Amino acid sequence: MLLAIDFALLLEKLILVVVVVFASLGIAMYTTFAERKVAAILQDRRGPNRAGPFGLLQPLADGMKLFFKEEIIPNFSSKFLFVMGPALAMLTACMTSAVIPWGDKIDFFGRTVDLQIADVNIGILYVFGVVSLGVYGIMIGSWASNNKFSLMGGLRAASQIISYELAMGISLIALLMITGTLSLKEMVVQQQHGYWNVVLQPLGFLIFLVCAFAECNRTPFDLPEAENELIGGYHTEYSSMKLGFYLFSEYINMFVSSVVMATLFFGGYDIPFFDESVLSPNLAAILGIVALMTKVIAFIFLFMWVRWTIPRFRYDQLMHLGWRILIPLALFNMLATGGVILFFNK
Amino acid sequence: MQALTNKAKQVDRAPMSFIEKMYLPAIIKGMSITFSHIFKKKPTINYPEKTRPFSPVFRGMQILNRDAEGRENCTACGLCAVACPAEAITMEAAERQAGEENLYREEKYAAKYEINMLRCIFCGLCEEACPKDAIYLSETFTPADYQRKQFIYSKNDLLIPHPQENPEAYKKALGNRANKITVN
Repeated sequence: MLLAIDFALLLEKLILVVVVVFASLGIAMYTTFAERKVAAILQDRRGPNRAGPFGLLQPLADGMKLFFKEEIIPNFSSKFLFVMGPALAMLTACMTSAVIPWGDKIDFFGRTVDLQIADVNIGILYVFGVVSLGVYGIMIGSWASNNKFSLMGGLRAASQIISYELAMGISLIALLMITGTLSLKEMVVQQQHGYWNVVLQPLGFLIFLVCAFAECNRTPFDLPEAENELIGGYHTEYSSMKLGFYLFSEYINMFVSSVVMATLFFGGYDIPFFDESVLSPNLAAILGIVALMTKVIAFIFLFMWVRWTIPRFRYDQLMHLGWRILIPLALFNMLATGGVILFFNK
Repeated sequence: MQALTNKAKQVDRAPMSFIEKMYLPAIIKGMSITFSHIFKKKPTINYPEKTRPFSPVFRGMQILNRDAEGRENCTACGLCAVACPAEAITMEAAERQAGEENLYREEKYAAKYEINMLRCIFCGLCEEACPKDAIYLSETFTPADYQRKQFIYSKNDLLIPHPQENPEAYKKALGNRANKITVN
């Protein structure tokens, strides 16, 4: 039986996993830099420009700083859970990228390599499952800190993510009714041949986008770590690299949700108004990755742009928006989509 | 009520319309405002590489002048110390010995000349009081330091470089401001 295992496939997937994880870590690193730079530019400042050319070594300096900071585990905390919190947050953040199709097949010395770690047929459900687990990292960390501000932050994070996940799921159901598949790869292939889903589901996309902001704890929904009310929110007691893990996992989450939005609604690695099949498969795959990354960068910029424009919601406003506006809207969108599909397919 | 200026605006307290309740137009408007700031000119000056030019009447750190042959102008008359409103200047006079004619221009000179830069208010009255053009305020400011005692500048810190031994440093220290003062 052992011999039946395709070792080449194992190696191929292993390499892909390593590349994807390191790429998302690297991108998250430079997202922190981009965040500061974008913030500066939107506020007529210059931003970090001292470390290396154009300040490009800034994230390395920040990382070094975090490593060399004193590691404090409060005496009154539950030590095991305290360490587990950031680890869990990081783990779930990294796990999501497993089902995302980064590009088309690539021809590598006669071997076709799929640029996707696992094309599971429940792709998007897996993403949702892992993303919902992400809140455990925050909750466990905030509970283990034994600090009221942390606990408040954790509570806020949990209730916010639960509230917005509903609307997000319902808006996704409408999308799934159109595509008829849960596999992300399949969705991209459909969008390559037809329209991008954002054309068919503009309202669904809007709801999904707002919910994605809430899921990532980004402004205007960054109540779990509202500095001026909760000190640092759920990571008040954290220092050194454990704090770094929390901050980092947030940026990875932002990256992953950008990738998911690009894949679900903006054609993934599809190049707009261009038929990839005329190119050689390798070139098409590489251009596909470039196209996907461009879309992702645009989304990340949108995240930052919104952060430096819109002030934070009040908590009751947040709940009001989630339960009384987004969920009914998502339900309406779902029913309308179903009706239209029924009408045209009869 | 009569408005004092025509800038006063009545606050609109009408309930929000449906469009306003959607928030999206307001959000898009706000985002276009922040986006327009990308193209604005940044007022920051990259400090150590670029410095803002000082005004021509800027009064910085004091310099003790020498004449064209490199002899110290100061005769330790004490007029600057008397003029100083912050009492930052102290000095001790000494008599020029034979053979020191190349060092000091006149028979009396300042053996010790100290300015406490923490007291100095850079008013420039010492410069105005000096009958020998021996002291003037340059275009450089006092650099930062770690200890208070480092701010008591002695003659070593204040004397201008020798015009013949080190002409470049002399010219640099002289700056533009000294051009207005007749140096002999």
